[in-house]
Amino acid sequence: MSNREYTPYVLVLPAWVWLALFFVVPIGGMLSLSLTTGDVITGFQQSFEVGNYVDAVSTYWEQIVRSLFYGACATVLCVVIGYPMAYWIAFRGGTHKSTYLLLILLPFFVSFVLRTISWRFLLADNGVLLGPLKSIGLIPADLAVLNSSPAVILGLAYNFLPFMVLPIYAVLERMDARIVEAAHDLYAGRIQAFLRVILPVSLPGVFAGVLMTFIPTSSDYINSSVLGGTHNTMIGNVIQTQYLVNNNYPIASAITFVLMGLLLVGIFSYARALGTERVMEVHT
Amino acid sequence: MNHRSRPTPDPSLQRGLARRRRRGSLATPGITRRGTLQASGLAAAALALSACGVQGQQRDPAQDADFWEGKERTGSLRFANWPLYMDSDRTQLLQFTESTGTEVVYKEDVQEAAPFFGQIQPKLANGDDTGYDMFVLPNGFELAKLIELGYLVQLDHTRLPNFTEYAGEAYKNTTYDPGNRYTVPYASGITGIAYNPEFVDREITSIADLWDPEFAGKVGMMSDAQEIANFGLLRNGVNPADSTPQDWEAAAEALREQRDAGIVRAYYQQDFIQPLTNGDLWMTMAFSGDIYQQNAEEGTNLKFVVPEEGATLWTDCMMIPFTSQAPVDAIELMNFLYEPEINAGLTEYIAYITPIPYVQEVIAEWAASESGTERGQALAEMAESPLVFPTEEEYQRLHNYVNTPAAEQDEFASLFHAVTQS
Repeated sequence: MSNREYTPYVLVLPAWVWLALFFVVPIGGMLSLSLTTGDVITGFQQSFEVGNYVDAVSTYWEQIVRSLFYGACATVLCVVIGYPMAYWIAFRGGTHKSTYLLLILLPFFVSFVLRTISWRFLLADNGVLLGPLKSIGLIPADLAVLNSSPAVILGLAYNFLPFMVLPIYAVLERMDARIVEAAHDLYAGRIQAFLRVILPVSLPGVFAGVLMTFIPTSSDYINSSVLGGTHNTMIGNVIQTQYLVNNNYPIASAITFVLMGLLLVGIFSYARALGTERVMEVHT
Repeated sequence: MNHRSRPTPDPSLQRGLARRRRRGSLATPGITRRGTLQASGLAAAALALSACGVQGQQRDPAQDADFWEGKERTGSLRFANWPLYMDSDRTQLLQFTESTGTEVVYKEDVQEAAPFFGQIQPKLANGDDTGYDMFVLPNGFELAKLIELGYLVQLDHTRLPNFTEYAGEAYKNTTYDPGNRYTVPYASGITGIAYNPEFVDREITSIADLWDPEFAGKVGMMSDAQEIANFGLLRNGVNPADSTPQDWEAAAEALREQRDAGIVRAYYQQDFIQPLTNGDLWMTMAFSGDIYQQNAEEGTNLKFVVPEEGATLWTDCMMIPFTSQAPVDAIELMNFLYEPEINAGLTEYIAYITPIPYVQEVIAEWAASESGTERGQALAEMAESPLVFPTEEEYQRLHNYVNTPAAEQDEFASLFHAVTQS
């Protein structure tokens, strides 16, 4: 073998070391921890206690299902709001495309928690949004949005929208405009051209966007703790409490792996349903 | 093999996703030799790691019997405290340096008790320096664990004459640290009920008011297990100090009913002030000092009551970890902060309850000598305020947290987190 053949391995070495140190080792440690019993005083002994997983699922299935549901709702909202945004910037943005992209990213210069807290002011019972609507009698005076499921879902969608817009934009922006012309030449109307040409081409972007929003939104805990009320707890909050407040590391780790497993199953089913091969072909 | 001929951008993703697709069926992927090897490798790694799980390391406090012997002042002290628990000039620390020559490095590193415990626990388990010679934690689960683990230095009370002379009775014999063997209070607060009279048009006097359906959706409760447990217990007429696990169950049940009747809007940590002022909340469990500061600084008229069933008196305590590099300086600072004149300055700034009743007189004197000025006015109000100086009658109704041994904490916390994290 010549040196040239080793080069790619050498180049990829830092990535492997990085992954091994900061992903495989902690994941292995967590997996091991999830099977222990004990407490922080006497220590956690390895006992291969699979019961931790049974406990985790039976106690917290409601929060797990809710998290996946909130994540799915937020993701759908992101597609509905984000796709037209990306489309508009890619095709109508003209010379100001980068300005619009910057505007989308601008909120990210402010801390995630602060951005979420500011939604408390927006959604307050007599705040800037509901106050005027109530005073003109458009909505009932005792309507509350803050501390409810819709508030949490809106917060999630708001916080993760750019992760949907950017990948869709990246695909649409690269698209060869001539294939749309070709569609028109073949007597496709605007709707047909969109449905049969633009949309299929942009699907890899949507696919990436969905992954990048669904995974973080369904494991988020900030939005639920800041904007949620009763019966709005997400599984991320439970993990945080078990880990940092109760020091119950085994249960916290077990829930983490349950969530990870569910997300992986979801992603692979989704990839299969969407037709992965086509996704990959467009990429290469 | 020439791998350079396969320039795939994301090989792992493509392999994982595309290969299964090509197989074309929903059948479970067959177990391959390589897959088995990978799995067994992972298992081996996990086994290796299981050996280094999280060790609990209980120390025998008896080994500290002669801890103080031969210990000398070092001249420098690292003190970790909560944010906004001393003025930004660190006046009291400057006074301490002037009096003893010891320089204090003051860090506002205690933001939440549990994560702070998580941060220092592994170091203490190894017998390592935590980076702090003393710190302040509330009389909650974490303090109980630190005591039980034997991580705190037993205080030499011959070095704390000011504490002996000035500390109030309510702070001397507490359920969490009888005889102040490991801690002395820094400041205390009451967890009671705060309400906004703009929205609530009757006087609130009772914990039962928090269960009144008239206020459905406008009531705030606390998310902390120990805080909310006390209110559930007091509502059921149970003294937290005498409560049994059956009482805890009953308290959790009462709190669950309150939640499921739609009365509770949300469970809060310390972020109840803003919703209480803008009307999202009409009444809420609240900390006395927060309400005092809000009213003093923003001119709001929020009411704070110690309900007739009782309320919670919590105490932030000063303590010294056994790996402290400057225990003598630390205990000197503890003693110094119990000088009434020094403590009055601290109390004036933080507006929480001081463990020294005599400070009320000092503040009243200061108010008199500065009468007519803005500061004099503020001091006079403080000296009169039951939020800073509770009356004897109020002290009778104040309870510590439920004293849970570390072994029962998990059960206790799970019970109440099931209420607050629904």
